[in-house]
Amino acid sequence: MIINSRFFNRSELIGFVSLAVLLFLILPLSLDIFRLNLVAKYLTYAFVGIGLVLCWGYGGILSLGQGVFFGLGGYCMAMFLKLEASSVANTKIQSTPGIPDFMDWNQLTAVPMFWKPFYSFPLTVLAIIIVPGIFAFIIGAAMFKRRVGGVYFAIITQAIAAILTILIVGQQGYTGGINGITDLRTLYGWDIRTDHAKFILYFVEVVLLFGCIIAAQFIRLTKLGRILVAMREQEDRVRFSGYSVANFKIFAFCAAAIFAAVGGAMFTLEVGFMSPSFVGIVPSIEMVIYTAVGGRMSIFGAVYGSLLVNFAKTMLSESFPQLWLFGLGGLFIAVVLAFPSGLSGIWADYVQPRIDRLLSSRKPKAAWTESSVADGAPAE
Amino acid sequence: MSSNKSGVLMSDETNKGLNSPFRRKLLMGMAALPAMTMLPKASFAQAPATSAVNTTGLAVTDTEVTVGILHSVTGTMAISETGSVQAEKLAIEQINASGGVLGRKIKFIQEDGASDWPTFAEKAKKLLVNDKCAAVMGCWTSASRKAVLPVFEQYNGMLYYPTFYEGLEQSKNVIYTGQEATQQIIAGLDWVQKTKGAKTFYLLGSDYIWPRTSNKIARKHIEGHLKDSKVVGEEYFPLGSTQFNSVINKIKLTKPDVIYAIIVGGSNVAFYKQLKAAGIDLSKQTLLTISVTEDEIDGIGGENIAGAFACMKYFQSLDNPNNKAFVSAFKKMWGEKTVIGDVTQAAYLGPWLWKLTVEKAGSFDIDKVAAASPGVEFKGAPEGYVRIHENHHLWSKTRVGKAKADGQYELIYETADLVEPDPFPKGYQ
Repeated sequence: MIINSRFFNRSELIGFVSLAVLLFLILPLSLDIFRLNLVAKYLTYAFVGIGLVLCWGYGGILSLGQGVFFGLGGYCMAMFLKLEASSVANTKIQSTPGIPDFMDWNQLTAVPMFWKPFYSFPLTVLAIIIVPGIFAFIIGAAMFKRRVGGVYFAIITQAIAAILTILIVGQQGYTGGINGITDLRTLYGWDIRTDHAKFILYFVEVVLLFGCIIAAQFIRLTKLGRILVAMREQEDRVRFSGYSVANFKIFAFCAAAIFAAVGGAMFTLEVGFMSPSFVGIVPSIEMVIYTAVGGRMSIFGAVYGSLLVNFAKTMLSESFPQLWLFGLGGLFIAVVLAFPSGLSGIWADYVQPRIDRLLSSRKPKAAWTESSVADGAPAE
Repeated sequence: MSSNKSGVLMSDETNKGLNSPFRRKLLMGMAALPAMTMLPKASFAQAPATSAVNTTGLAVTDTEVTVGILHSVTGTMAISETGSVQAEKLAIEQINASGGVLGRKIKFIQEDGASDWPTFAEKAKKLLVNDKCAAVMGCWTSASRKAVLPVFEQYNGMLYYPTFYEGLEQSKNVIYTGQEATQQIIAGLDWVQKTKGAKTFYLLGSDYIWPRTSNKIARKHIEGHLKDSKVVGEEYFPLGSTQFNSVINKIKLTKPDVIYAIIVGGSNVAFYKQLKAAGIDLSKQTLLTISVTEDEIDGIGGENIAGAFACMKYFQSLDNPNNKAFVSAFKKMWGEKTVIGDVTQAAYLGPWLWKLTVEKAGSFDIDKVAAASPGVEFKGAPEGYVRIHENHHLWSKTRVGKAKADGQYELIYETADLVEPDPFPKGYQ
């Protein structure tokens, strides 16, 4: 009961409820299906953002390779969908019917071994969680046990992103190469390309997103979350107090990887294909930018950051096809210079105090604000 | 503008006239001019009623029809795709100046694919679903086409795709105005064997689907169809790669009769400069490429590639009246310094072929346009006469040009007849 009542403090509860109202009611009711599908695409980056809040905002581990995990999750889902789309009936034009089209173009005559598990949906779902999880564990264990951190860790994650891209592009018979895995059609015979399916997938995704928000909030509030913050501020003191710093870091990194993978899998379902252009360095850095714009200390900030930056990207590029990148770049510089803690910083510094004042003038009891300050403490 | 407006007014009158017996009588009783408006063929700007030419809710009004332009104008592909955008805008302007399509002016909505394949898919969907474009001219790389293809098939759009590409694809919703692989490759290999007596070939390519598939077709042709010929090496480089020294050494060791190069984009600059630096003189060593157009030479520098042969369907230097008019119109619109490559010319064909097809079909409806496409001829093409095949690719001639130091190609050879497009070549897969 105590945990329940403290799970969200008041301002977080407001944030949670307003986000739920926005995503479950306002957006689906006000947008047409095309725009709603775009929102769904933007939200897949919010999964990565939430992971980054945990591992970068709280744990101080800046990963510039989240695209790797986003991509792994997305590829797992894409492999399943591609196998289903490559039925013998759909591919009879090929020299070997029944295998994915890009394999046929690359003279493969049978589905390779590592594709076989992806004939089964339960195994695919398991792989979406486990493959990136294990991969993150290996990277994390190799790095953090050796006390590699900070900038070096960021550089290494970036290198991994580059390596994985080259691997995928180079092995096009097995991965679809630079074209990626395209033309995905059905999930258990359910056509994922129809408007109706897009609508349902949107809600599935929002439910998963809230699952991730709650999981992240849970991690943040337990002792674990406080140790992460302590580690970020004074790693040696935590180590001298007897904690295994490496294990906590590995955990945060794995959690972030799994969140990103779920986002990647949803991305494949929403967009209908997966390609190495989401795995590389540029998308990985973009994902960090979404989080930075939203505010790296705020879970909700990460969601709003992903939504707003991507929304601005779409809008600017529709209105100014030649100039939009400059506009977007300027926007980033402005946000980072003027508001280093991002959108959530603007909210906490300017909007929140006014709301508090408004509410406290109505209710003279000061107890609420005190407790919210206390709860918010580890985040500072 | 004014001719369109009056055309619409006339057609409105025509409709009312047809609907009301009184007016009809009145019109019939009047002099010849109003009667002429009753005959659609005779009226000077034919603008049939929108309800008749657009039954599926496309963005067609009485005066305008909307098409989309979807290329990368930012990102790494911008340098290649800009020419296509310019050619498409030129074609649209010329079509509008000559009366539009079915009496309607073409209005275009341009979207930026940003060299990013999912962005292409997103923008394609926007153009089809939100803007209801009657046709889209767009895409350049195979990857972007693969990304948008399901979108065009699902929402039933019409894409005019300008790039030479690997084949292995055919869709009701796409017209391929560039050459597919066999058209570009086989004639060129036959030519090089006949004129240079080539026996040994070294195949090079950037590492993705188009060069790999093209080299596969080239290898099958060399080994299966050319007498006593063989492939002595085949290598691929990641996109954007700039290190070619090791392969250049291998080329020097194996001394192939022909270097067959399908290297794309910025890698070309490094490749040809390193070839020259390594002392391989292209006036003595035969090099045949299918990936370097005048646009790429702009970056490579004419002096670095002079002497190389390129096999494609169009060169800016082609000497025919259509091409002269096209080149001068293009330079007038976009500046004296612009160069025109094969793909730019193919992009120019898109809006024209679409206009001709719509007028053949008498309708903007996608299904009717798709069905009417086979057999459509364009006699005004800068490359010469082209015709759409049943498989939605173009019949076109294949030409070999020799690069000159001024960045232009000199036409060396062209096939006597149009080459049939064959996206699924038997015996080459």
